[in-house]
Amino acid sequence: MDESTLIALLTGSAIGVCLTFGVLLAWRYARGSRELGSDGEHATYRTLHLASQAAENLRGGLDSEEVGRAARHLRALLGCDILAIADAGGGIVIDGPGELFREVAASIAARMSEVSRTQVVPVPAESGRDSTYAIAAPIVTDGLVAGMVIVFATSRRAPLIRATGEVAAWVSAQLSLGELDASRAALAEAELRALRAQISPHFIYNALNAIASFINTDPSKARELVLEFADFTRYSFRRHGDFTTLAEELRSIHSYLLLERARFGDRLEVTLQIAPETLSTVIPFLSLQPLVENSVRHGLERKEGGGRITISAEAAGMNVQITVEDDGAGIDPDAVKALLGGSGGADHIGLRNVDSRMRQVYGDTYGLVVETNLGAGTLVRLLVPQSQPMNDTDAVKAHAEARLRMPDRSAS
Amino acid sequence: MSAALAIAAIVLVLVATVVIGFYGLRISRTTDDLLVASRTVRPWMNASAISGEYLSAATFLGLAGLVLLSGTDAFWFPIGYSAGYLLLLLFVAAPLRRSGARTIPDFIEARLDSVGARRVTSLFVLIIGWLYIVPQFHGAAITVNVVTGLPPWVGSVAIAVIVGVIVAAGGMRSITFVQAFHYWLKLTAMGVPVVVLLLAVGTAPAAIDPALIFPRESGPGGQDLYRTASLVLALLLGTMGLPHVLVRFYTNPDGASARRTTVIVIVMISAFYMLSSTMGMIGRVFAPDLADPATADSVVLLLPSRLLPGLMGDLISALIVAGAFAAFLATSSGLVVSLAGVVSQDLLGGSVRAFRISAIACATVPLLVTFLTVPGGLANSVGFVFVVAASSLSPVLLLGVWWRGLTASGAVAGMIIGGVAAAFSLVVSGFGLVQHPIAVAAFDQPAAWTVPLAIATTVLVSLMTRRRVPARADRYISRLHAPER
Repeated sequence: MDESTLIALLTGSAIGVCLTFGVLLAWRYARGSRELGSDGEHATYRTLHLASQAAENLRGGLDSEEVGRAARHLRALLGCDILAIADAGGGIVIDGPGELFREVAASIAARMSEVSRTQVVPVPAESGRDSTYAIAAPIVTDGLVAGMVIVFATSRRAPLIRATGEVAAWVSAQLSLGELDASRAALAEAELRALRAQISPHFIYNALNAIASFINTDPSKARELVLEFADFTRYSFRRHGDFTTLAEELRSIHSYLLLERARFGDRLEVTLQIAPETLSTVIPFLSLQPLVENSVRHGLERKEGGGRITISAEAAGMNVQITVEDDGAGIDPDAVKALLGGSGGADHIGLRNVDSRMRQVYGDTYGLVVETNLGAGTLVRLLVPQSQPMNDTDAVKAHAEARLRMPDRSAS
Repeated sequence: MSAALAIAAIVLVLVATVVIGFYGLRISRTTDDLLVASRTVRPWMNASAISGEYLSAATFLGLAGLVLLSGTDAFWFPIGYSAGYLLLLLFVAAPLRRSGARTIPDFIEARLDSVGARRVTSLFVLIIGWLYIVPQFHGAAITVNVVTGLPPWVGSVAIAVIVGVIVAAGGMRSITFVQAFHYWLKLTAMGVPVVVLLLAVGTAPAAIDPALIFPRESGPGGQDLYRTASLVLALLLGTMGLPHVLVRFYTNPDGASARRTTVIVIVMISAFYMLSSTMGMIGRVFAPDLADPATADSVVLLLPSRLLPGLMGDLISALIVAGAFAAFLATSSGLVVSLAGVVSQDLLGGSVRAFRISAIACATVPLLVTFLTVPGGLANSVGFVFVVAASSLSPVLLLGVWWRGLTASGAVAGMIIGGVAAAFSLVVSGFGLVQHPIAVAAFDQPAAWTVPLAIATTVLVSLMTRRRVPARADRYISRLHAPER
């Protein structure tokens, strides 16, 4: 390799690295420039830092493997030699050189349900144990003792006793927060289940009527439509998976539109502009079909002479943008605002449903964007991230884990 | 050579690219087309797109230049470039398609459950990507300078501005069609001139004796085993670590068609390399005076007007210029899209506006580097990028797909050690810091030891941090390897 190429490559790497670090440093600086502060402030920072580190590890509950790390941070926080955390199930985690104290801790923990406040227990003298007192404080969640913080010390200093009590109270609060996280995940999942779009009764009624009208005049077409109906319902009723691909969703929309066209005839026109690389995008199950149904029912059904629906999908940065547009009756913008804001009537329930599911799954920036006015048609825009390694089109629970990043206890 | 014709060719390629990019989506008017549309692209179409993005300035101009410079040694480059897809096919194409991750950092984060490992991966993706864009800009500079006589910076600035604007304006709506178009354009722009030139020179006497042009010692018998093996290893493994290669496989509907696509890609790029190497050999016979590192890369551009005076030569030259611009555009826009994605997600929060800013930044940085450096040996500079990719990202990617015990610490250690070793070798060999022939060879072509070093580091550190294997590793790996339902 000759010298100029070499210099090119070297400068390239050097500039690249410098620029990246420069940006990172600037970012850091912009976010957290502060003066160093006095000793008292240092102590506060240190305490808060240890507390926040321990908080991370406590979120999984007292029976998770992370408790050991939390014990280390709490020991540093209290400045003691040996700290044990006992849970109600009899598990004991000891941090520091304290294996000899395990049975003492176990005997204290065995009586935890009788304890309501911090107590000091003398440790029976035995060779190798240099601590003579155990300070035990109960961890109380939901009015029940869920565990204990036990500190071993050589003297019964009042500040340490008080600090131990405070730490136990703080651990209780963290555990409650952890439970809150878990119940929030469960709630989010339940909400998603409830929100999973259902086939509207209106549509079933119309489709069956349309099929009935063909049974005598055009039996083969009626048969075809029944099969489409079967395809559509099988897709919509499927039980597994909260995610699907754009391609599959489009297939279901195809069945849906065939059934609607049996009723509308040529009054319903459909245009598609789908960039092929977007077809494998993972989207929430039934997030597009309700938008198309909304366009048919509220946009075109009310309009004389039918109309056109345009569905398009294309890459937009790191996202895929999917739009459903109709040239139908349109919606009053204030009504849409009220609808997506949570109030509003039973109309356009599909829109609201998709909007809240999108926000649930991807966060608030991924809500629906609706451009509409009375008589001016409706355009609904949906953004989906391209890369969703955590959202499996087959896995049932994947989304809740992806969003809340709960530790996975079943696998560990 | 006619500058007007060449400029017209460039403008034509740009217009075609933009038109196909923005209006190329097939518009379907009936519901039945929904079924057709949802059936995704055919493997051959996707393969054209992948090949179109992959064939860069290094292969369009650089390969022929390298053949002119170093004879049959240069043939290892096309062999390595295309065989890299074989490894991709065998080991990572289908599993990564099933992973759901579109970029290497996304994959690493999901697989190792670590934001830290993701950041380090992003850094390497960024460095490798920038290093890969620089030769594209150099290629543009050479082309514009040779065919129009304008100063070289015009070419690099033009291509950087075009790519930056196209990507920042929201990319192209139908990038697959654009890239596929670029492949066929490049194939035509290399194939037609080769055939016409061969016809034209078929009976003409060679400028010098063929025995001098292809001396025995530069044939297969005279090659150094270590250097060749090391180079081929770098090219083989490097392909899968390139930032823009992975993302295209998602256009395939499933793992099986991802594999089929890869096979077609190998055929398609091999066809192109055959033509490009032939061009180099014609150059070696009829333009030996260009065999100098500073001018070798322009041989493809200069040959037609030398061998075919008059309008015919001008037209063929214009065709070649069009193909070359397609090569710069396709590769650098693919890279800028990938890099802008990484920057906007890791540094700026991932909004659409952030993506635009990142796109501009990712086109500007390599442009600045282009200004600071002199073009020389496009194929070799790309070869170095392959060494870095093969020593940093590829081992981690391979182990991530196939080894359950990989941990975040192992991946980070492996990437850093491998990357630093590759960069260190470049410094040592570039400044001639060692004299012993074995050491010179080891630092000239370092892949043979940097890749095992990176793999060993990754495995050792992972074993040392065995307790930190992510809890969901088993489930994620089974997802990578279980067939789709």
